[in-house]
Amino acid sequence: MKLKHISSLFGAAAIAAGMLMGSAASAEDKIGFIYVGPVGDHGWTYRHDVGRQAVQKEFGDKVKTTFVESVKEGPDSERVIRQMAADGHKLIFTTSFGFMNPTLKVAKQFPDVKFEHATGYKRADNVSTYSSRFYEGRYVVGKIAGKMTKSNVIGYVGSFPIPEVVRGINAMTLAARSVNPNVTVKVAWVSTWYDPGKEGDAAKALIDQGADVILQHTDSPAPLQVAESRGVWAVGQASDMSKFAPKAQLTAIVDNWDGYYVARTKAVLDGTWKSEDTWGGLKSGMVELAPYNSAIPADVVALAEETRKGIEDGSIVPFAGPFNKQDGSVGAAAGEALDDGVLLGMNWYVEGVEGQLPK
Amino acid sequence: MLLKIEKRAEYSRVMVYLTPIIALALTVLSSVILFELLGVNPVEALFQFFVAPLDTKYEFSELFVKATPLMLCAIGLSVGFRANVWNIGAEGQLTMGAIVGSSLFIYFPETESVFLLPAMIIMGAIGGAAWAGIPAFLKTRFNANEILTSLMLVYVAILFLSVLVHGPWRDPQGFNFPESQTFSDSADMPILLSGTRLHFGTLLAFLAVLGAWMMMARTLIGFQVKVIGEAPRAGGYAGFSQKKIVWFTLLFGGALAGVAGLSEVSGPIDQVLPSISPGYGFTAIIVAFLGRLHPVGIFFASLLMALTYLGGETAQINLGLPVAVTGVFQGMVLFFLLASDVLVHYRFRLNTARKVAP
Amino acid sequence: MSGFEWIVPVVLTVITAATPLVFAGIGELITEKSGVLNLGVEGMMLVGAVSGFIAATVTGNYFLAVGAAALAGAIMAFLFGVLTLSLMANQVATGLALTLFGVGLSALMGQEFVGEPVQALAKLDIAGLSDIPFIGPIVFGQDALVYLSFFMVIVVSWFLYKTKGGLILRAVGDSHDAAHSIGYPVIAIRYMAVMFGGAMSGIGGAYLSLAYTPMWAENMTAGRGWIALALIVFATWKPGLVLVGAYMFGGITILQLHAQAAGLNVPSQVLSMLPYLATVLVLVLISKDQSRIRKHAPACIGKIFHPAA
Repeated sequence: MKLKHISSLFGAAAIAAGMLMGSAASAEDKIGFIYVGPVGDHGWTYRHDVGRQAVQKEFGDKVKTTFVESVKEGPDSERVIRQMAADGHKLIFTTSFGFMNPTLKVAKQFPDVKFEHATGYKRADNVSTYSSRFYEGRYVVGKIAGKMTKSNVIGYVGSFPIPEVVRGINAMTLAARSVNPNVTVKVAWVSTWYDPGKEGDAAKALIDQGADVILQHTDSPAPLQVAESRGVWAVGQASDMSKFAPKAQLTAIVDNWDGYYVARTKAVLDGTWKSEDTWGGLKSGMVELAPYNSAIPADVVALAEETRKGIEDGSIVPFAGPFNKQDGSVGAAAGEALDDGVLLGMNWYVEGVEGQLPK
Repeated sequence: MLLKIEKRAEYSRVMVYLTPIIALALTVLSSVILFELLGVNPVEALFQFFVAPLDTKYEFSELFVKATPLMLCAIGLSVGFRANVWNIGAEGQLTMGAIVGSSLFIYFPETESVFLLPAMIIMGAIGGAAWAGIPAFLKTRFNANEILTSLMLVYVAILFLSVLVHGPWRDPQGFNFPESQTFSDSADMPILLSGTRLHFGTLLAFLAVLGAWMMMARTLIGFQVKVIGEAPRAGGYAGFSQKKIVWFTLLFGGALAGVAGLSEVSGPIDQVLPSISPGYGFTAIIVAFLGRLHPVGIFFASLLMALTYLGGETAQINLGLPVAVTGVFQGMVLFFLLASDVLVHYRFRLNTARKVAP
Repeated sequence: MSGFEWIVPVVLTVITAATPLVFAGIGELITEKSGVLNLGVEGMMLVGAVSGFIAATVTGNYFLAVGAAALAGAIMAFLFGVLTLSLMANQVATGLALTLFGVGLSALMGQEFVGEPVQALAKLDIAGLSDIPFIGPIVFGQDALVYLSFFMVIVVSWFLYKTKGGLILRAVGDSHDAAHSIGYPVIAIRYMAVMFGGAMSGIGGAYLSLAYTPMWAENMTAGRGWIALALIVFATWKPGLVLVGAYMFGGITILQLHAQAAGLNVPSQVLSMLPYLATVLVLVLISKDQSRIRKHAPACIGKIFHPAA
């Protein structure tokens, strides 16, 4: 009896769900998002989900956005991507570097579906890549940090020593030393993108070793909270984190995917989508700076704004020479600037960063 | 107490098969409440969790892809658990198996030999077994508790993997991103069913199920494991060495976990990444108990567990349910399954006997 | 710098890193002393963390917040008790399932609270002495939960070894059949022990979300529940050693960060391995002396109790 009842329940469910899904697929185009963390991380994934919501808001009934969160960068990601593709999604954003190969594999099997892979370097006819030049934001921040530090020590909480993170450290260091040649940068790697307790502890360790400006390339606002309670400066990551550190946050480097996601969705709806490589920075709006702390002196704000505008109009190039690598060899000669290929694989520190880059 | 739990003289064969159904019924009932609370049509939610993931041949094959590492790890662990050897570090052994096994490809990427993959599988087993050998050594030599040592070694293995993938194992053409080059064809697990990801590792998992079944039922070592587990003293009188069983069960479990790790990297992942397993080694512990530490039970338990993961993904895509719901839902399914198992060995009875003062 | 000023901030950092471990560890210690192994500490901590955070945000009252966290942890533990004590389910598997459940449940509960700051738990200034150099901020300037964690260690120590209740609890954990035959209500005692463990885990979680890093974010315990479990074995089931272990573990974590900031050239992952390797090493050292383990480890741990007839 019981068995029969359950099976009939499932039967009814199958019909009901079938009808529901059938009607959904025909009415609107589905846009999928695959996240590596929970949308509640308040960092990387959270900002991508804000972008998704912007798409939903912009196109309303015309599209249906879906997402799967906390997808691990292993065998699961390929299945989820494939499931979305098979399920009739028109466009799928895979928002973590580790999704690169799975995205390409699935893309091969679904030539009519468009894919957008964040922070990778492999493309195909139906796979675009996109990323942000966060280092441009960090260059502006470096100018502020170099001016604001009294101890001439800047602390940097790093996640993993990958080029993306190293680039940020270097850009910040170059900028800070351009306004204050005495600055040195200390880095503490926490071997995680996200562990509030450990990130906070790293910030404390850096402050205890003399740092009075804290930057971070990890996801939680814990380092800012530490800075706030210790009375030093800090810079937010991914979102405006001033809520967590109203006094300490100088500014924040904000990821803003909204515009890009809306534009790419529109391209798919219009049929104008092409495979591209987008590496947008301050100018494109993919990187933004949160409002400056009112405690920053006007001349420093002016310097920061000048730098920001300079980067936007191209008159300032963060990785322009002359500067040296940490080992004293030439990083870029005067009149030269590093090209994107070098930036993409950057695995050395510039002069002014302390400690050796873990290899 | 009005209701009394009473031990059955013999375990109930009927209940062995009936309890999973009771658990399922209870899950359905309580999910109705959960999903109503979340404002989702419960019928549809259950459909998405249990039925929709098995729509097509491809999705069906994915069930086995997902279940393969769970099955391998759980089979290995269950033998230890039968002997009261509490290896909870399968996650680390899986990681080490993947590392040691794939080292062959990483250092000899040009090899096209047909022996490459078999050698990698064997190295994977050795890597996992060696990592499990550490708790075995510390347990037999220093009496160090294996629950703790095996758990601590999980973190060490994962961090070691991180060192390799962020360092020497990076793809030379990969712009210093933390992943190895993708495996060549001769290092890849053969696909069993074209158009799917069903790979040779799944066959290995089936073999492990059969092998463990035979071993526990037919061999002396299986008998020793059971005796040591159920009555260590009796085992001692019979001349069975406790130390030998500790070594055997840990090495066996480690080897299977190592194979699981290797078949993940040279199967569906196809390269070495900073994270190889989303916690299969830990989930396998639950799977082992859900399967009542019996190979056949574990076979079905790993499929069920895999189904809830797949269902969680489907529910996210189609219903927008957050991944957190999957955790709650999985927790509920497991609670009911574990709880209803009481009926196999016990029965409920109305307490009619008059209370006698002690 | 004239010498030792750096010690004070380092010690302060270690204290905050260790306190959640102390709570979770001391609670689970009581659970295990009663003969029950609950591997769901991580899940109970998370539910405690989010409950405490929500209560603090909604009411602004930190007594209520800590109470809510303790209650939430105890309810989770009660669930575990129903399954393992009343229905005799396997404790290892149920504990792991409890963690799965707790991770999911806490995320669901906290959905609306992500990205909201909360006032950090206030640091006290006991008798105005926190200004004393060196000792002042460390001994007199902590928040209330830090003092509570020390207090709980003392209370648990006293309870276990100096009271009749402690004697009964240990008897139940060492031989449930014997305890039952003397007439002790084994199951009821274990329920209490398990729920105490849950309450403490809940407070440990709340320490994270209210004091350590005052915010709620999914999975914010980041594995500390597992470390708490390890600590108990490490401490050979002695409350005082749980405290020592928690501070050692916290200390090693902090020192490796300092070593990096000071420019030590070792991969960060290798440094991150240190606390785990140290735990194994210490465990080996203390386990060699088997009599010590036997004296303190509850003999019935993890075993299911069913009163015969």
